[in-house]
Amino acid sequence: MAEDERELVASSNANERSSSLLRRLSKDHKLSVASLVVILLFALAAVFAPVLTPYDYDAISLSDRLAPPSFEHLLGTDEGGRDVLTRLLYGSRVSLMVGIVPTMLSMVVGTLVGMTSGFFGGKVDTVVMRVADIVMSFPSMLLAMVVMYTLGGGTANVFLTMVCVGWAGVARVVRAETLRLKQNEYIEAARIVGVRRLRIMLRHILPNCLPTIVVLFTLEIPSSILTESSLSFLGMGVQPPSASWGLMVSTGREFLYHAPWLCFVPCVAIMIIVLAFNYLGDGLRDVLDPHLRGR
Amino acid sequence: MSGTVARGLLRRLLYALIAIVGVAALVFALLRVVPGNPVATLLGEQADNETVERISSSLGLDQPVLTQFANYMLGVLRGDFGESFMLGKPVAELIGPAFVNTLWLALAASLFSWVVGIACGLIAATHKSTIIDRLFMGFSLLGVSLPVFMVAMLLQYVFARYLHWLPVTGVSDWTGYILPAVALGWGLAGSIARLVRSSVIEVMQQDYIDTAIAKGRTNVQVLVFHALRNAMLPIITLMAMQFSSLLSGAFITETIFSINGIGRLSVQAIAGRDIPLLQGTTLLCTFVIVMGNLVADLLYSVCDPRVRKGA
Repeated sequence: MAEDERELVASSNANERSSSLLRRLSKDHKLSVASLVVILLFALAAVFAPVLTPYDYDAISLSDRLAPPSFEHLLGTDEGGRDVLTRLLYGSRVSLMVGIVPTMLSMVVGTLVGMTSGFFGGKVDTVVMRVADIVMSFPSMLLAMVVMYTLGGGTANVFLTMVCVGWAGVARVVRAETLRLKQNEYIEAARIVGVRRLRIMLRHILPNCLPTIVVLFTLEIPSSILTESSLSFLGMGVQPPSASWGLMVSTGREFLYHAPWLCFVPCVAIMIIVLAFNYLGDGLRDVLDPHLRGR
Repeated sequence: MSGTVARGLLRRLLYALIAIVGVAALVFALLRVVPGNPVATLLGEQADNETVERISSSLGLDQPVLTQFANYMLGVLRGDFGESFMLGKPVAELIGPAFVNTLWLALAASLFSWVVGIACGLIAATHKSTIIDRLFMGFSLLGVSLPVFMVAMLLQYVFARYLHWLPVTGVSDWTGYILPAVALGWGLAGSIARLVRSSVIEVMQQDYIDTAIAKGRTNVQVLVFHALRNAMLPIITLMAMQFSSLLSGAFITETIFSINGIGRLSVQAIAGRDIPLLQGTTLLCTFVIVMGNLVADLLYSVCDPRVRKGA
């Protein structure tokens, strides 16, 4: 039986797709590779923030408040005299983490639910998909706001909220992919040979779903970053004195006409990172999974 | 209407109803999970227990949750959404006018996004793989990537500081909807442009396009009457879904431009911990989205006879 299984695994083309990914990306999607570099630079800046800036992110200095960009403060200071570049670098930690970690968790939850539902079918599938329908019928921002209302503000609750909101969309896509893969002959062959269903799911279905999941992950991150920024902008997300780009935009809005850099600097940062993830996602999708084109 | 289509419609209506009731129940449960008595929070620390209990009882908050939910849903069927904690008025009186403002904003934003999105998508599709294509698709991606609050505040800054052509807050007349519509519609236009481009390119490869050209039709005729008409199916679905999503309130745009719409009302309800108002706005938003998705599904069936006839 082990030998039959090995043949079945070899016949699945999961390995083919994952080889030389970077090479295929760099051949036709140079912008995607450039976006990857930008994302890595942002990540490095977030990690090395204390080294890159001499200021503390919450060091108040009222004599320096609302100073325009200068040699001492490259991106100016905010209403508390805090260096904007410093807050931008520390804020990138929150914004990137909230973009990536909850999305990853949504992927895990959504994949488990979608794959199980699609593979087993029947009443389980019907109930699970109705629940997913209910979650997706909710305008996602409103659902996020209601969950935040229930849990209270703060970074950890923002994580939980985004997972609650994000899993349903992933579950639907993974379920559709599972239903498609279930039709393949090698899956039926595995069942006939007597391979356990859990093993089929983990060894045959999951590896073939992976390209779709990876592309979905990359395309959902910008959405998560925008949701967190929006929540923080409305005062429901990350709370002061923590820095997050959305929060910086929200507090800077009060000074839109006197100190426009307070709003627009974090806005541009959000725009660049979201654009980078969108370009990367587009490139990955074209290389890995053309089925998702038109999303 | 054939039996299959009628059955399909009934099934979709049933699922829509389940979704709406499910969301209402979810919100009801979530809002009651919050620790602390909302009446006590509303009345403040000075209120004594007797007053809190009396008011809780009059609002029905001391009854079992299921009874409260049943009473609430029965009230909704009669048009009674309860009374706002913050403003003391019936919720129905508050969400009615707010929904009208949101409706105008949604129409304006949709019109902008449809015109700009379809035009950009068509131009990109007819100049495929040229610099024009890359430029327009770059703009579309920019549209999708720019946060709404950034576009909104940029427009406010430029028009308040330099141009003075249009009002930057409030909607005293129709000109007040222009800037918010652009802020909202910009991102939606990006999505539509991308879909129009991919859909039209796919359709242009069909045989009937060659036939139309062979019959002597001009390029414009081929594009509009043959390509676009057949490419519109997924685009119409996207447009319908975007419209219903807009109807559920543009929280950020309405907040920034101080438009008294459903979105802004929801944000105020959350900030003021006003449960009846939040329940009312949420129920309305969900109803709109579910109905919008249903209409999008039906439009698809109506426009594509293959779906209708089950081919």
